[in-house]
Amino acid sequence: MKKIEAIIRSEKLEDLREALDAQGFGAMTITEVKGRGSQKGITLEWRVGEYRVEFIPKIKVELVVDDRAVDNVIGVITSVCSTGKIGDGKIFISPVEEVIRIRTKEKGPGAL
Amino acid sequence: MINTGDTAWVLISTALVILMTPAVGFFYGGMVRKKSILSTIMMCFAALFLISIQWVLIGYTLAFGPTKGGLIGGLNWLGLLGVGQAPNVDYAATIPALCFMMFQAAFAIVTPSLIVGAFVERIKFGAFLIFTGLWATFVYDPVAHWVWGVGGWLRAMGALDFAGGTVVHVTAGFSALAIALVIGKRIGYGKDNMEPSNIPLVVLGAVLLWFGWFGFNGGSALAANGLAVSAFVVTNTAAAAAALVWMLLSWLHRRPSVLGVATGAVVGLVAITPASGFVGPLSAIAIGGIASLISYYMIVLRMRFRIDESLDAFACHGMGGAWGAIATGIFANKAINPAGANGLLFGNPGLLWTQFVAVATTAAFAFVVTYALATLIDLIVGLRVTANEELVGLDISQHAESV
Amino acid sequence: MINSGDTAWVLISTALVILMTPAVGFFYGGMVRKKNQLSTVMMCFAILIVMSLQWYILGFSLSFAPTFRGLIGRLDWVGLTGVGQLPNAAYAATIPFLAFMVFQAAFAIITPALIVGAFVERIRFSSFILFSLLWTTLIYDPIAHWVWSTDGWLRALGALDFAGGLVVHISAGFSALAIALVIGKRIGYGKDNMEPSNIPLVVLGAVLLWFGWFGFNGGSALAANGLAASTFVVTNAAGAAGAAVWMILSWMQRRPSVLGVATGAVVGLAAITPASGYVSPASALIIGAVASLIAYYMIWLRMKLRIDESLDVFACHGMGSFWGVLALGLFASKAVNPAGANGWIFGNPDQFFIQLFAAVFIAAFSFMATYFLAKVIDGLGGLRVKENEELVGLDISQHAESV
Repeated sequence: MKKIEAIIRSEKLEDLREALDAQGFGAMTITEVKGRGSQKGITLEWRVGEYRVEFIPKIKVELVVDDRAVDNVIGVITSVCSTGKIGDGKIFISPVEEVIRIRTKEKGPGAL
Repeated sequence: MINTGDTAWVLISTALVILMTPAVGFFYGGMVRKKSILSTIMMCFAALFLISIQWVLIGYTLAFGPTKGGLIGGLNWLGLLGVGQAPNVDYAATIPALCFMMFQAAFAIVTPSLIVGAFVERIKFGAFLIFTGLWATFVYDPVAHWVWGVGGWLRAMGALDFAGGTVVHVTAGFSALAIALVIGKRIGYGKDNMEPSNIPLVVLGAVLLWFGWFGFNGGSALAANGLAVSAFVVTNTAAAAAALVWMLLSWLHRRPSVLGVATGAVVGLVAITPASGFVGPLSAIAIGGIASLISYYMIVLRMRFRIDESLDAFACHGMGGAWGAIATGIFANKAINPAGANGLLFGNPGLLWTQFVAVATTAAFAFVVTYALATLIDLIVGLRVTANEELVGLDISQHAESV
Repeated sequence: MINSGDTAWVLISTALVILMTPAVGFFYGGMVRKKNQLSTVMMCFAILIVMSLQWYILGFSLSFAPTFRGLIGRLDWVGLTGVGQLPNAAYAATIPFLAFMVFQAAFAIITPALIVGAFVERIRFSSFILFSLLWTTLIYDPIAHWVWSTDGWLRALGALDFAGGLVVHISAGFSALAIALVIGKRIGYGKDNMEPSNIPLVVLGAVLLWFGWFGFNGGSALAANGLAASTFVVTNAAGAAGAAVWMILSWMQRRPSVLGVATGAVVGLAAITPASGYVSPASALIIGAVASLIAYYMIWLRMKLRIDESLDVFACHGMGSFWGVLALGLFASKAVNPAGANGWIFGNPDQFFIQLFAAVFIAAFSFMATYFLAKVIDGLGGLRVKENEELVGLDISQHAESV
């Protein structure tokens, strides 16, 4: 099993949820985060002049999926969340040792 | 002859009504998504300063100046020429003319801010400013003249509107529907989750509206007398009745919601507005309660037709105000206000017909002119932001600010 | 002979002005970083508590009691002895003397609250309380005496200040600059990101200020009459003009910002304050508009000089109202207020020079006295918190609380 962590543009969340759901990946966790990558920061308005906001609000989406599903999920994320401009985000993949469903105490890929 | 008690009451009422315009901004602002909350607040604040200026330059004279054929006021009072500290006995004999003018200003200011609910989250700020200035001049000022101006044709016909059911709420509500149809639905409407970002802010707005409404209706007595008290009492009663009914409706549906009772209260206040100086407390309960029923189902209907008049200004203000004006024709009682008239329940069916004519003409006029105005502005400068600006949110795209 | 209408108006005006002090807390509180939001709100709230008491015990007497050489009031009315329900005809013949006193209290309370903007995010709470108490007693009370008491020397010279341009805004603004220079820049100023933590809170503060200002200026007529109505009208006009111009200026620079229009409105209101009982609505539009231009560029100048007068009390209140005091000398008209004077435009250049003298004197006195006071307190206990207290934020370090 793998954990897929995607940092995406906030306004892409709804489309992504729908697309993942359609592919059978209805379960996920989201967190509101702030971050920066190559986008660096944006300039906002103060009373006179401007100020820099160094960390841009984004959404972090996390899913844990079976190894065989990883490519499919990555494909969905990249196609839905890409605009071609700086700030589209990143995907990180890490191995997951175990998964347990709290209600039934099941373990393993069946608990996903 | 200036009466200090009357003047004090109308002055504080004016302040209360002016407070209501930014209150609309909070009420609406808390209902939209976080990325557009500041732009919503900004638009109502802009209506405040824009129409404050438009009113003293030209609005007041168009609305209340000596009449031209019962349709519009003349330019006699352009720039407040001739409007001084002495009373204008045609309008209010015991308060300074400047005081009456300013009280009326507060109404002219809040009315366009109500329309903001129709086009949140997608209108271009510059287009909004142009629309608001023109709407005030070509819709609000004429209608105010018809209903409240000396010689105004609806007033001459006997139509009653104590504090603005037709002038404020019907015009705003029907105009909201018109511009919503022109500007189109928000991207993702019907599909995306569009949750309110700050419900306590909505309630704060509703609370300041309820508070201000005592000035809105009570001050319209233009004196601190028995009629002002009567209007004050029915205002509170109608709000309470309407909020209660909405609470029950939302409980029947699912759960009694905070947003629901806040909306219900506003709807009751809207409905009692035209009737506030002509009806008694028991009538107010009926008027408020029925208003909630009507507005609640108008919202259901709007959603079924998939019209994105986003914050239901039409359902609440347009239809709530229309009901209130009609209800005036039913419940008006000369025992409450001898300067008014009797309604259907007190033996005079004629008033009901007059009220209906007033509602129908102001609604149709507001809708048609707004539709034309919105279409024209859309053609010349474009009403809507680009898709990208809409997705990123108006706070950042229009104002370079963010919560 | 007590007039109930006048009394009602002054009482409600008093409540409106008292509301403005916590409103300043919200206005400023939303502008600072989240870690200092509560401390900013706290400081304004604390002033409401402490200065209410100072005024009753001592301040009112120093400001308004029979004079010692035109410089300060004697202690005749310490603890409000002799201040009862009957009018004091020297100040306000138709309202209880207690009403006059408490109305004035509201002004004494809000003035030190304005200065808070200069030293947010780094002042020690105990030093702040001591500074505010001493400032009110040694600077506000004398100035109020000079300008408003019956024998005050500036009043005797013919200086006019209807509602507090000299007494409130110039004194607070120039004092803010002085203490900002003594306390020094915030850690990270010019380098770190210092974004506003709650813009809707700023707008709520500005809205309550705008609302309260009708009492601030309108109530200063001390009667519910034509002058109060006129004052009310020009107050709204100046606020609107100030906001409109700031919107245009910030749009030319980048985008029309919510923070900008909120600030512009406050600047317009501050500017009209001294002139509000003497000028026409047309003049008020000009006064408000020019005030925004001046304050906008004063902020730009302050930023260029890298002075951390953090929330621009000097630019908005100090310079905005400096212009307003001078503008009185230009635009005042005895047609608006026979008890006032004519300004330069109406054929009397003298008033302008009297106003100029008063403004410069008050500005210089406020600046120097505050600089000295701040230095003394800094020497005694230290104005500033320790470095790590500032980095963690005043909410936690001074108040053990957090949003």
